[in-house]
Amino acid sequence: MTFPSPDSTPPRPSTPEARAFPTISLGLPSTAATRQGPARRMPSIEGSVLADRIYRLALLFFALCVPALLLLIFIEVGRAGWPALHEFGFRFLTSSTWDPVKGDFGAAPAIVGTLLTSFIALVIATPLALGAAIFLSEFSPSWLRQPVSFFIDLLAAVPSVVYGLWAVFFLLPLMRTGVMPFLRDTLHLGATPFFSGPAYGPSVLSAGMILAIMILPYIAAVSREVLLAVPRAQREAALALGATRWEAITGAVIPYARTGILGGVILGLGRALGETMAVTMVIGNRHEISASLFAPGYTMASLIANEFSEATTDIHISALMAVGFVLFVITLVVNGIARWMVSRMGAEVHA
Amino acid sequence: MSAPVTSPDAGALRQGGTIDVEQFSFWYGKTQALFDIDLAIAPREVTALIGPSGCGKSTFLRSINRLNELIPGARRTGVIRLDGEDIYQKGMDVVTLRQRVGMVFQRWNPFPKSIYDNVAYGPRINARPRPADLDVIVESSLRRAALWDEVKDRLGASALALSGGQQQRLCIARALANDPEVLLLDEPASALDPIATQKVEELVYELKRELTIVIVTHNLQQAARISDRTAFFYLGKLIEVGGTQRLFTSPSEERTEAYITGRFG
Ligand SMILES: Nc1ncnc2c1ncn2[C@@H]1O[C@H](COP(=O)(O)OP(=O)(O)OP(=O)(O)O)[C@@H](O)[C@H]1O
Ligand SMILES: [Mg+2]
Repeated sequence: MTFPSPDSTPPRPSTPEARAFPTISLGLPSTAATRQGPARRMPSIEGSVLADRIYRLALLFFALCVPALLLLIFIEVGRAGWPALHEFGFRFLTSSTWDPVKGDFGAAPAIVGTLLTSFIALVIATPLALGAAIFLSEFSPSWLRQPVSFFIDLLAAVPSVVYGLWAVFFLLPLMRTGVMPFLRDTLHLGATPFFSGPAYGPSVLSAGMILAIMILPYIAAVSREVLLAVPRAQREAALALGATRWEAITGAVIPYARTGILGGVILGLGRALGETMAVTMVIGNRHEISASLFAPGYTMASLIANEFSEATTDIHISALMAVGFVLFVITLVVNGIARWMVSRMGAEVHA
Repeated sequence: MSAPVTSPDAGALRQGGTIDVEQFSFWYGKTQALFDIDLAIAPREVTALIGPSGCGKSTFLRSINRLNELIPGARRTGVIRLDGEDIYQKGMDVVTLRQRVGMVFQRWNPFPKSIYDNVAYGPRINARPRPADLDVIVESSLRRAALWDEVKDRLGASALALSGGQQQRLCIARALANDPEVLLLDEPASALDPIATQKVEELVYELKRELTIVIVTHNLQQAARISDRTAFFYLGKLIEVGGTQRLFTSPSEERTEAYITGRFG
């Protein structure tokens, strides 16, 4: 078969490559180049190489500042905590005694409290935040998306102490009269050791709740952005194969976005681990490990915040520094694990 | 053109796949993208849609599997029938429709999953076959898409590790796994190199024995090579439709001639 027309695929001027070309030729005006020859152009190229090198060195310096600072903090806190760590050894991590008078220190309750409250916060906040993000990115009419997103972002900007105050006056009474009796009696969870005992209000559970509320906007905001960034082609691929809208979201959109969503969860976890003020106001500040989430507890951050100004003996100060050191290490380890998970997910997907 | 494609008898006995379009118009909000399209698409033929950019080819294609109705403000009038059944009628199940009418996009869009999971996606959500049957479906779909030999040793590997042409054929295999009657191809080869393009063309040529194919292309030679009928769209209107050879050698409309001789578009 022969046909009159040549291959007349029309050029697509809208592709980025096509648009990039004029810009490049603007940088090197061809008339000037031909008139002046290579000799005139050499210095400017060399100059730009030098500038490039300076620029790169400067950036390298800034980039190295961050790990250097981290290292510095690590060493300083470690050194200050060393006497306590040295004196109590491994017992510092496992003992529940915290006796400033006798000078006997073990940080186990605070370590457990930190991990437990953060865990509770993640368990509560992740599904809620993900739900909000999915609604906003997939189902929300556009007139609703903007204001709701704005309020979620605003939630992230509320100072921690304000959350704490709100918790003291609203969350704790609610926990005491509503949530805790409901969990314990109505759902009969009181039969398990985890939800038994008197419902005072200030407790590990309450701390987990307030943390959940505090990290929710982070997870939701990141997840929303990540979900919105999923290419339309992914959605359409699933829909065109006969997926319902919901199947397209769970089977194509979320898997595509999961690395980013996990990033949001890590951000929230990082915040939960280090959060101090609001937790201090609701956790009850008791140095004890209890199976029940209704019991008061402690976190590392609130322990330091509460006692640092009152610590007088060297070993007490050193013990608090050691707690800080442990918190620092735990945060690093958790972030490291999370980062490794993200990169493994990414590799799995893009390999 | 003959390609060594092993095609099982899937669909060989099926009669379906006729598309009838009557007075079909489509709007994106206030802009009308399609005007009173009348077109009959015969089963087991390749129909090429050609026309300058923005003339509504994709819009038309995406009306056949109702993918366009998800766009806010989209509206249509007129009728599209698949095997005599109005696809826009009340009670028409979109999910079933989209299983019967597969689609492959211009930019290949495999899921970031394994090759196997990509092909298995459709059957898993629709027919939910037993694992053993699923293996059979995956293999036969990959064979029909002429990709089996290239990937059979690494079905568990990420689909994104394949070359562009392979990814596009994977997308075709993914669509075939639903065992559709109609395959819509929106510029499936426009981003591929000549060799990969040729493979896709050979594939289309093979597949038309089993199903109805509607292909959008900007490449007129490609339309000439692989299609039985060609429809020329211009500014949202169907200007001319006819046997490909006839349309390219003696177009009856002046605008068709202007387009295929490269005077515009
Ligand atoms: N989602 C949308 N919202 C609004 N208008 C749209 C949308 N998609 C397409 N259009 C408009 O509808 C018209 C037809 O577009 P369509 O994508 O169908 O053209 P096409 O023939 O496929 O073009 P191309 O060859 O560039 O792919 C164009 O004017 C386009 O601007
Ligand atoms: Mg198009």
